[in-house]
Amino acid sequence: MDFMYNEVQEMLKDSIKRFVEKEVSPHVDEWEERMEFPIEVMKKLGENGFLGIPYPEEYNGQGLGYQEYIIVLEEIARASASLAIAVAVNGLPQLIIDKFGNEEQKRKYLPKLSTAEITGGFALTEPDYGSDAKSIKTFAERRGDRYIINGTKRFISQAGVADLYILLARTQNTGSSHDITAFIITKDMKGITFGKKERKMGLNATATREIYLEDVDVPVENVVGKEGYGFKIAMMALDSGRITIAATAIGIAEAAKDCALRYAVTRRQFGKPIVEFQGVSFPLADMETKINAARLLTQRAAFLRDRGLPYSKEAAMAKLFATDIAMEVTTNAVQVMGGNGYMKDYPVERYMREAKVMQIVEGTNQIQKLVISRHMVREISRTL
Amino acid sequence: MKILVPVKRVPDPDVKIKLKKDGSGIDTEGLKFVINPFDEIAVEEAIRIKERLGDVEIVVVSIGGEESTEQLRTAMAMGADRAILVVHPDYIDPPNVAAILAKVVEKEQPDLIIAGKQAVDDDLGQAMQMLAEMLDYPQATFASKVEIDGTKVTVVREVDGGLTTVEFEMPGIITAELRLNEPRYASLPGIMKAKRKPLDKMTPADLGVEVSPKLTVKAMSEPPARKAGKIVESVDELVKLLHEEAKVI
Ligand SMILES: Cc1cc2nc3c(=O)[nH]c(=O)nc-3n(C[C@H](O)[C@H](O)[C@H](O)COP(=O)(O)OP(=O)(O)OC[C@H]3O[C@@H](n4cnc5c(N)ncnc54)[C@H](O)[C@@H]3O)c2cc1C
Ligand SMILES: Cc1cc2nc3c(=O)[nH]c(=O)nc-3n(C[C@H](O)[C@H](O)[C@H](O)COP(=O)(O)OP(=O)(O)OC[C@H]3O[C@@H](n4cnc5c(N)ncnc54)[C@H](O)[C@@H]3O)c2cc1C
Repeated sequence: MDFMYNEVQEMLKDSIKRFVEKEVSPHVDEWEERMEFPIEVMKKLGENGFLGIPYPEEYNGQGLGYQEYIIVLEEIARASASLAIAVAVNGLPQLIIDKFGNEEQKRKYLPKLSTAEITGGFALTEPDYGSDAKSIKTFAERRGDRYIINGTKRFISQAGVADLYILLARTQNTGSSHDITAFIITKDMKGITFGKKERKMGLNATATREIYLEDVDVPVENVVGKEGYGFKIAMMALDSGRITIAATAIGIAEAAKDCALRYAVTRRQFGKPIVEFQGVSFPLADMETKINAARLLTQRAAFLRDRGLPYSKEAAMAKLFATDIAMEVTTNAVQVMGGNGYMKDYPVERYMREAKVMQIVEGTNQIQKLVISRHMVREISRTL
Repeated sequence: MKILVPVKRVPDPDVKIKLKKDGSGIDTEGLKFVINPFDEIAVEEAIRIKERLGDVEIVVVSIGGEESTEQLRTAMAMGADRAILVVHPDYIDPPNVAAILAKVVEKEQPDLIIAGKQAVDDDLGQAMQMLAEMLDYPQATFASKVEIDGTKVTVVREVDGGLTTVEFEMPGIITAELRLNEPRYASLPGIMKAKRKPLDKMTPADLGVEVSPKLTVKAMSEPPARKAGKIVESVDELVKLLHEEAKVI
């Protein structure tokens, strides 16, 4: 066991920190207010190698792992959860194409996604099917060497901004798990339109929109993996995605704790700094402890993944715990700061709004508990 | 062309320094160390020269304990080609720094030495001037702009109330002012490459230098606590106080 960062990880942390201080932090309020995505900063992240971390070097990746990837996500999320989510979402097509795509798809898309020459999204959720993803209705009808796709996707992050999406659509209606197929679709395809920017509680710098597909004509070569493997692909991608959401939640929590702590040592009431009241210092101690526990869970999920070992349960636990404690930490950070915590002059009210969505995306936390308990049952069944 | 850039490991200037109880030095526990910010500007300038001219080798050198390899790796992650660590963990004064660097220069024969104008830990700002003297090299301190044309180097220097422009023939020494450039952050590919770049270690003795301090630090003390401000009633009173008490106008 080794709980230390190695030299590369240490330097990476330093470097992304400085990147964020210079390119992200000063602009976050403006991006959130204007609901504007900083595509130029995304491209700069790409130029500096921060978007291709766990992908092979031959496709402009860095050949590193999720242990490095989560360092970058946490640091970005400390300043901008919107940007961190955009990076995480860009990661889903990267991951899916890298793991399941053919050589031609890899060569065509991976290098550009790693440098943000193009950016990506992931379209699974529909108006009528969220957690119950197996039941999606969007249909891809095979006609010779093409598919004609019709349907509506809902709540798609970066929709309209991203150039490329992994889209999950039904190719059969047999009721088996082989009914769904993953497709690469691009923004410029005929028949694709985007809904309005949804008005959200937070994450306003990254747009969430519906995608409408009307007789979208997609060539067979855009199928990822094989027809009928889409659900499996989506679930495996979400296993990895959960590690990235956990890291993002930890970044938000860390930022909130930092702000509350600074406030608590300088704010005086009853003749002393409020941090000297246990009613303030104990919640701070809980924050620190839980953030560290969440980070360790997340690092372990990343470690298992990097080692090629099973990590689905660990990723679900990391996502569940990190996002729940991020909600708790941000809520208590507002509390520690009293009236100021509730004001937009300080960032903690934003952190609280941002933490909430982390409990919902990439599988709600109830779904994480389903995943975890199913793994537990499977494990124990082997001994019964 | 070869550029030598000396870099020093210093406490992070964004962090408040605390003294050891006995005043013998600073409390380094939990303290983060970085490349001296002015040295980082020097590294950046060397990289920019390399980007402009192409055929340039950048060698970074540090004098310090083994920990200084971190700063050398960071400089290589930014773009320096190789590094030399002269291992000397103890305090070292400017004349000895200059003596060691003079030997490194003799060995490496760089065309240009670019350094920070001072290190932000002890703020002495002497080593490069001493080095220039020892080597009998021209020096252009406090550079805010550097141009190179063949072997001719033109440097714009920041001086009180204005700028001066000086020119010298290589080899020579430049020290970097804050406004020379804005250093880049190490890119991830840069970090990966830095791992494989050569880092040579040697001791002052290997270079034939016997470190004999001419300067010793007697004591360190905290700056006096800032007195509370005063709220004045009127502009007239403010002017009066600035004139009579603060004596600034
Ligand atoms: C800001 C934002 C960005 C998003 N980005 C994307 C994206 O890029 N791509 C994408 O495909 N989707 C995206 N989503 C959709 C997201 O993944 C879904 O919102 C999520 O999966 C939940 O689905 P739902 O909203 O339909 O809720 P529902 O599935 O309707 O769930 C409602 C409630 O019921 C609970 N529930 C449902 N089933 C069970 C069960 N079996 N047991 C216990 N409780 C259950 C849920 O936990 C939840 O509390 C995004 C959502 C948001 C808010
Ligand atoms: C939307 C809004 C509307 C408001 N409207 C009004 C109004 O109409 N009129 C009005 O007069 N005020 C109003 N307030 C002010 C409100 O009453 C104060 O914000 C509140 O009393 C807390 O004071 P504070 O913000 O100065 O926090 P602080 O008193 O600085 O408290 C900061 C933190 O320290 C904790 N703390 C402080 N002392 C102790 C202690 N001894 N032991 C343990 N913990 C302690 C607090 O619980 C809090 O968590 C409003 C505030 C808001 C946000």
